[in-house]
Amino acid sequence: MENYIYYYLALSLALFSIGIMGTLMRRNAIIVFMCIELMLNAVNLLLVAFSKMYNDSAAQLFVFFIMVVAAAEVAVGLAVIVMMYRKVHSVDINILNRLKH
Amino acid sequence: MDMFIVLFWFLTAMAIGSALGVILSRNPVNSVLFLILTFFAISGHYILLNAQFLAIVNIIVYAGAIMVLFLFVIMLMNLNADVEPQKGRLVQLAGVIAGGILFLVLIASLRTASLQIMDKTATDIGLIQNLGKVLFTQYVLPFEISSVLFLSAMIGAVIIGKKEETKSTYSEE
Repeated sequence: MENYIYYYLALSLALFSIGIMGTLMRRNAIIVFMCIELMLNAVNLLLVAFSKMYNDSAAQLFVFFIMVVAAAEVAVGLAVIVMMYRKVHSVDINILNRLKH
Repeated sequence: MDMFIVLFWFLTAMAIGSALGVILSRNPVNSVLFLILTFFAISGHYILLNAQFLAIVNIIVYAGAIMVLFLFVIMLMNLNADVEPQKGRLVQLAGVIAGGILFLVLIASLRTASLQIMDKTATDIGLIQNLGKVLFTQYVLPFEISSVLFLSAMIGAVIIGKKEETKSTYSEE
């Protein structure tokens, strides 16, 4: 029987690097935010796989707390994006670099 | 064929296919729908790993609340494929190459890691009773602090999202 943890490792790394590609490729701030959520989910998947490997439930509770932090982050992040949209009427990240000017 | 293997490869194909759909689709609403499909595939993987509580919480929190919030914001801004800004082809290619190199480096560094054998038999550490016992005895302090985190995030989101009052009656718009 082959060890399936390596397959879960590869799947989680593939999802994580797809998230990184999306963060670098897209100019829409909301899509970038969604790719960050994809990266967080890739890490969650790997943590659950490790919790099954070690038969320890602490990793699944850590996934729970990661979901808590992700939910809070989405709430505040989307509020910031909506506020910036009200000012500039665009969610292009090339325009949302106001701190530089 | 073992049911685990069939389900594993089906869910893997669904997860990677819809993740590619997230970053490649031009319409942001299509990206959100592909991401919801990715979350369903990942929840399928959780059920395969016998983490039932996390599978349901993943669906409820991520696909049910966070993605709905994203859809609200996208509908509010009326984004569609016409007004979607695009980076140049060269920059997109550089992003893909960077992500691909990161993937190769991580795979290469973890290839010779010696990991334990993952037992495919179903255990009961993912059941909500056993998770609750550990959560409320060992990890009760992070649990309570996360409620404070939620409170502060909620207050912050409300304050950031409030419309500004107009300063005078002769405000120029």
